[in-house]
Amino acid sequence: MPTVTMTVNGRNVSVDVEPHTLLVQALREKLRLTGTHVGCDTSQCGACVVHVNGRAIKSCTMLAVQAQGADVITIEGLANGSKLHPMQEAFRDNHGLQCGFCTPGMIMSAVDIVKRKGNDLDEHTIREELEGNLCRCTGYHNIVKAIAAGAKAMKSGARA
Amino acid sequence: MSATGIGARVRRVEDQRFITGRGQYTDDIHRPYETRAYFVRSPHAHATIKSIDKRKAEKMPGVLAVLTGEDVAADKLGDLFCGWMVLSKDGSPMKAGSHPALAKGKVRYVGDHVAVVIAETLDQAKNATAEVKVDYGVLPAVADLRKARDPKAAQIHDNAPKNTVYEWVLGDQAAVDAAFAQAKHVTRLEMVNNRLIPNAIEPRAAIGEYEPGTDTYTLWSTSQNPHVLRLGLSAFIGLCPEHKFRVISPDVGGGFGSKIFIYPEETVCIWASKKVGRPVRWTAERSESFQADAHGRDHVTTGELALDANGKMLALRVKTLANLGGYLSTFSSAVPTFLYAPLLSGQYAIPAIVCEVDGVYTNTAPVDAYRGAGRPEACFVIERLVEVAARELNMDPAELRRRNFVTQFPYQTPVASLYDAGDYKASLEKAIQIADYKNFGRRRQESERRGKLRGVGFSAYIEACGVAPSNLVGQLGAGVGLWESAEISVTPTGMVEVLTGSHSHGQSHETTFAQLVSDRLGIPMNHISVVHGDTDKVQFGMGTYGSRSGPVGMSAIVVAVDKVIAKAKKVAAHILEAAEADIEFKDGKFTVVGTDKSAAFGEIALAAYVAHKFPTAEIEPGLKEHAFYDPTNFTFPAGTHICEVEIDPQTGVTEIANWVAVDDFGTVINPMVVEGQVHGGIAQGVGQALLEGCVYDDSGQLVTGSYMDYTMPRADNLPSFKVDYTTTKCPSNPLGMKGCGEAGAIAAPVALINAITNAVGHEDVPMPATSKAVWHALQKTERRKAAE
Repeated sequence: MPTVTMTVNGRNVSVDVEPHTLLVQALREKLRLTGTHVGCDTSQCGACVVHVNGRAIKSCTMLAVQAQGADVITIEGLANGSKLHPMQEAFRDNHGLQCGFCTPGMIMSAVDIVKRKGNDLDEHTIREELEGNLCRCTGYHNIVKAIAAGAKAMKSGARA
Repeated sequence: MSATGIGARVRRVEDQRFITGRGQYTDDIHRPYETRAYFVRSPHAHATIKSIDKRKAEKMPGVLAVLTGEDVAADKLGDLFCGWMVLSKDGSPMKAGSHPALAKGKVRYVGDHVAVVIAETLDQAKNATAEVKVDYGVLPAVADLRKARDPKAAQIHDNAPKNTVYEWVLGDQAAVDAAFAQAKHVTRLEMVNNRLIPNAIEPRAAIGEYEPGTDTYTLWSTSQNPHVLRLGLSAFIGLCPEHKFRVISPDVGGGFGSKIFIYPEETVCIWASKKVGRPVRWTAERSESFQADAHGRDHVTTGELALDANGKMLALRVKTLANLGGYLSTFSSAVPTFLYAPLLSGQYAIPAIVCEVDGVYTNTAPVDAYRGAGRPEACFVIERLVEVAARELNMDPAELRRRNFVTQFPYQTPVASLYDAGDYKASLEKAIQIADYKNFGRRRQESERRGKLRGVGFSAYIEACGVAPSNLVGQLGAGVGLWESAEISVTPTGMVEVLTGSHSHGQSHETTFAQLVSDRLGIPMNHISVVHGDTDKVQFGMGTYGSRSGPVGMSAIVVAVDKVIAKAKKVAAHILEAAEADIEFKDGKFTVVGTDKSAAFGEIALAAYVAHKFPTAEIEPGLKEHAFYDPTNFTFPAGTHICEVEIDPQTGVTEIANWVAVDDFGTVINPMVVEGQVHGGIAQGVGQALLEGCVYDDSGQLVTGSYMDYTMPRADNLPSFKVDYTTTKCPSNPLGMKGCGEAGAIAAPVALINAITNAVGHEDVPMPATSKAVWHALQKTERRKAAE
């Protein structure tokens, strides 16, 4: 059984995995970081989005062994201690979540969108960029608002 | 209004755990020594099971058990059941076919449950299922409901000739026929309400655990109604006595109806946990959700609306064929009957209505309640007919509606519903104003200049929510009462636990219920916690569906809170040394009227527990009250949605240009939350009208079995919505609430189809109105114009 050594949310971890174990399975079942969710089996829903070496990745499309040496951030590692990331705050302020299941993937994708597209995001851009994240509760209306607000808040100080 | 009182946009209490990844959904929970279950599912839509050879699978590494329908039968585990008896028009009971948790002798849809492998790991369970050898005798299948009653169609259940579950009727046929004979105009439409797959983003999951020391069972499940699940598994399926069984529905990632029902997988997990002596966990893969979650809708309907020379509606005649799938799911029988036909009057005074519904079996997944459940189908029928009638009569669709609105309340429809309050004109006019309807013609011209087609569509919807008066639903065939319970438990320090039988799987109860109690008791929201989803904590509850948690669940809370206040007043009278009648409770304080003597809620709570200063023979110590609230009527949320679309005639692609929703939900506790419900409902309705459609081929194979084949609404398919309100209070419950969870999904599909047909100039546009479907409709219009 291969061993994967990586940094997850700032901590060095080593986990024994099967060669076919997906990164999301390693995170959820070996490290019990259950904030990263699984909503499909075809890499469509985006509930499993995490950051690997600074990029948003669907962790169901990546083998755990491919993360050898990588720096992984999950939803549990996004806040700075007890201080929430501005995108997390924006989702709460704008009622950008209902059941909460797609939310971790949405927030991780949203932070990545801001990194790639900047802090002044128009509605069209946000909607296009959310192609890879499904939500069944919100109709996306408040998610779009939350991401626009979170993007602005990320500019005005708090860490990106 | 205080910052957290009724009507305030309070941010959600539950969000902290969800935005930080600390939610606890069923699949996040792990039990010591747990095992994994994986199901062998039927690859055939219809087949006999000649034999199952499990010998090799049983010897595979890590395998603990391979169980089949024979084992279910040997343990005398009862069938899954349908809890609502519907009678045919001849008085005969519906034909409910046998539905064992694991198939015995026969499979009836692709994905049907044939066997389960329980192993140490999921990989081992999966590998072993490949070695379970099932010898099938493949039978002809029927998947299309229009073919289900052909004499040559496959017979799915022996006790249901011609695959007919029931032939049901509501209304006065003779009165309708007489009115049609007098009509100056009849609008007639054939309508297909497309089949949908619910697709909550959290797949269903279950963990069953048997504890031999106490002979007790615990089931963690993604259920919208844990007490109903416990009751069903105990009383009907016969797993174990109810008091030996705990069901926990922790955080649940969306339901939309699909998580109401009692399913084979959770039944098997809890049953098998005793057999293997260890916890058994199962989580659906998405492909399993597509195959085996209960689907929604799937009607074929003929509707006829009779009008007089002035556009007054005279009568409505509806005949519907409803697909119920391969088995009757938990509440399936009621959805196309009692949740459908009573809403066909819409917002209109129609003197005579008759609705016939034939429910049929097909070799497809069971069909049951999906957001709106019967009411979107009813709304589609009446609002399509009204819109097309207006076009045929050359009338403005808004004006035809105005002429026929119910304006006097209460109003008894000819289809059993008793509308209690509403102002349909108010919501229509407000929507018209917000949508700038008067300038639609200008916008249409502007679109045409850019080579685009523009259309506008109305949906003046009504629904029945707040299910439901127990006595009434009992008469209609329900196996349960549909009241709700609440318990208000005050601690000695004045903190309040609200225990509710409602279940939140996105509806924000931890916020809105606390808001209500805070408002009523005058204590801060952070002194209140809301407890739900655990049968060991909440005594009983009927759960969350049918937009009932506000009008029924919160009404129960109000009654229990008022009992707490009444009890606390007795205590306060002794503490403040005054007559009970002189004690007034306001803003969290008990005051002796006309004096400055007062005590805070927390002080009285402490006094109630210390019990030093009142006669305990007259007043029991403690402060905790319970209520069972049974509604006296359904509630009737209503409103108008107006949708405007722009279509590219070259490609048939539809873009939603504007969406206005004006809803009357009665009292609103938290507008932010309510608007979120409306947004989500509209998105699901847009999904139905534009994108989503479950397809089985003629052999019963599921063609749309993944997110690559079944088109879910994505962010770029939708606009931002304009949502507003009008308000008439519901007279039948203490808060005046009507419910808001399903309105969007009910109103939206027909608004969109009305807009698209308006744009393309042709009424024959199916759902989903894909670009291909719209393009074909446009070609028909072109051919018609050429012929003219």
